[in-house]
Amino acid sequence: MKINDVILKTVAKAVVLVILTFGLYLFFSGHHTPGGGFIGGLVLASGFVLLFLSYDVETVSEGIPISFKKMSALGVLISMTSALVPVFFGQPFLSQSFGYFDLPIFGKTELATVTIFEAGIALTVVGVVVNIILSISEGTK
Amino acid sequence: MMNNILVFPMLLPILAGIILIFFRTHRRIQIVVSLGTMIAVAVISIYILNTIQTDGILRLDFGGWAPPFGILFVADSFSMILVVTTSIVTFICLLYAVIAAGKQMNTLYFHPAVLFLNAGVIGSFMTGDMFNLFVCFEVMLLSSYVLLTLGGSKRQLREAIKYVTINIVSSWFFLVALAYLYGSVGTLNMAHIAMRVAENGQGPLLTTVSIVFLIVFSLKAGLLLYFWLPGSYSTPPAVTSALFGALLTKVGIYALFRVFSLIFPHHPELTLSLIGVMAAITLIGGSFGAVASNDIRKIAAYNVVIAVGFILVGLAISTPLAIEGSIYYLIHDMVVKALLFLVIGAIISLTGTTKIEEMSGLMKNYPLLGWSFFIAMLSLAGVPPFSGFIGKVLVSEGAIQNGNLVLLALALLSSLFVLYSLLRIFRNCFWGETIISKDEQLPLHKGILVPCLILVLLTAGIGLGGEGLAVYVTDAANTLLNPEIYIDAVFSQQQ
Repeated sequence: MKINDVILKTVAKAVVLVILTFGLYLFFSGHHTPGGGFIGGLVLASGFVLLFLSYDVETVSEGIPISFKKMSALGVLISMTSALVPVFFGQPFLSQSFGYFDLPIFGKTELATVTIFEAGIALTVVGVVVNIILSISEGTK
Repeated sequence: MMNNILVFPMLLPILAGIILIFFRTHRRIQIVVSLGTMIAVAVISIYILNTIQTDGILRLDFGGWAPPFGILFVADSFSMILVVTTSIVTFICLLYAVIAAGKQMNTLYFHPAVLFLNAGVIGSFMTGDMFNLFVCFEVMLLSSYVLLTLGGSKRQLREAIKYVTINIVSSWFFLVALAYLYGSVGTLNMAHIAMRVAENGQGPLLTTVSIVFLIVFSLKAGLLLYFWLPGSYSTPPAVTSALFGALLTKVGIYALFRVFSLIFPHHPELTLSLIGVMAAITLIGGSFGAVASNDIRKIAAYNVVIAVGFILVGLAISTPLAIEGSIYYLIHDMVVKALLFLVIGAIISLTGTTKIEEMSGLMKNYPLLGWSFFIAMLSLAGVPPFSGFIGKVLVSEGAIQNGNLVLLALALLSSLFVLYSLLRIFRNCFWGETIISKDEQLPLHKGILVPCLILVLLTAGIGLGGEGLAVYVTDAANTLLNPEIYIDAVFSQQQ
């Protein structure tokens, strides 16, 4: 008998949006306050996992046609490349720099290269966590 | 001053590994990139090793954060000698994998896993930060889990469960020990820890912490706590066994040398004696295992255990000669263990069995393979022109100087057991009546012998040209015995 999960699916739709937003917020707030790529990535991943739980793997995979394995590899690649760039400017490996820019809407904004590094970490975390959950779910069949 | 080059031996394998994930099904790209990377790492690390001889210990502060605040890589002769050997041995093992293993192996994330394993091993050798050491250990272990289960035969999975469990437990102990250490000295930079331990004195609490570290690294190195090793090293494909046998235990040994020479050298009567006792029991247990087993892979795996015991006899004695001997023996063991496991892998793939009583007279069918095995055996037993000899002589001399005759006797006896255990394989498998006739013998892929012969040349080369390595080994032993050189290098301002 098919389980009636209308409530779960409806709630999930709304909650996933909130989780993903919160994940992004944590990611960006990590520069000066608690948060960052790892935590943001975990929260983002939990949003994806909730989708996989409330719908089924096939439906979600159709909607989000990304290979999460490659996503984590891409994440490491971004982090490592951003860490490598300072080497070409005579700085030690992993050096970060930042500057203040006047952007149209945001006004005076601090932009830091560490965000790129953190973005790589976030991608890696999302990729790895979702990949683990998907691998476990495959095993039960 | 920037020494950005220090990061490349670890960074190149990671980058190459990631790129290979995107090209999983392209066998040619996998092979070219992974082999090329290992050559590049070897060249770079040889260059760094030579730079150290003129400029002293090099360090790289990541992100420009000066020690003890940031994470750093420190390259001294000891770590770079190991990095050079690691990259060369890995290159040869990969060559074997390319020639011997099927398409499946070469496209199933095997190359990325080996590269990540190398990144972890090399990172462990080069890092100057205790927590970073833990992280590098984990990188190495995660890749080793992948390599161990790759292929997924029932036997492999059973051993993998044991291996994963034991390593998770020991990693947890590692973390606990780190927490205690950080709680007592308030820093994670190895040189800074060493300084603070020296200033405050190594009290009972710190000595206890050092014993916890001893347990952790002994589990990884297979010192006394080697019960997991013969099983898990004898189940995976030959290349993986060769990599494990050559590299993995060496990282534990490296950590033992580093921690007990740099951070906790103040109570040798307790810590070093304990290591001595553990090494002695390891030698005895490994010898019995090697002699008692009838499975050629198990015999090889027990030989790994014996070597671990032998190398740590050098640390337990801790005279300059003995430490030099241990370093020579480490280099030798990485090369010859790879050779031993590769030859044994070839034997198994040719005969389809691992039991020595089911093979006979292979010498007639595959003479070159037989002689490769013979040389590996002589080298492991420490017969002169080959590489095992220098290490054994130096460690024995150190033991005599120190008057540590029990360890001396056990170390030398263990060589006899090594010789006996391998002679059994040689006598049963290669000598005797040929049971495979010329018509039904499986053709030995000519290429398989190439990596084995390179390793044979290497072991002979290290044995004959030991003099050329002497500069590096002496410097490495000197730094290990005088930790202040290391500490000064980390805290010097002009770098």
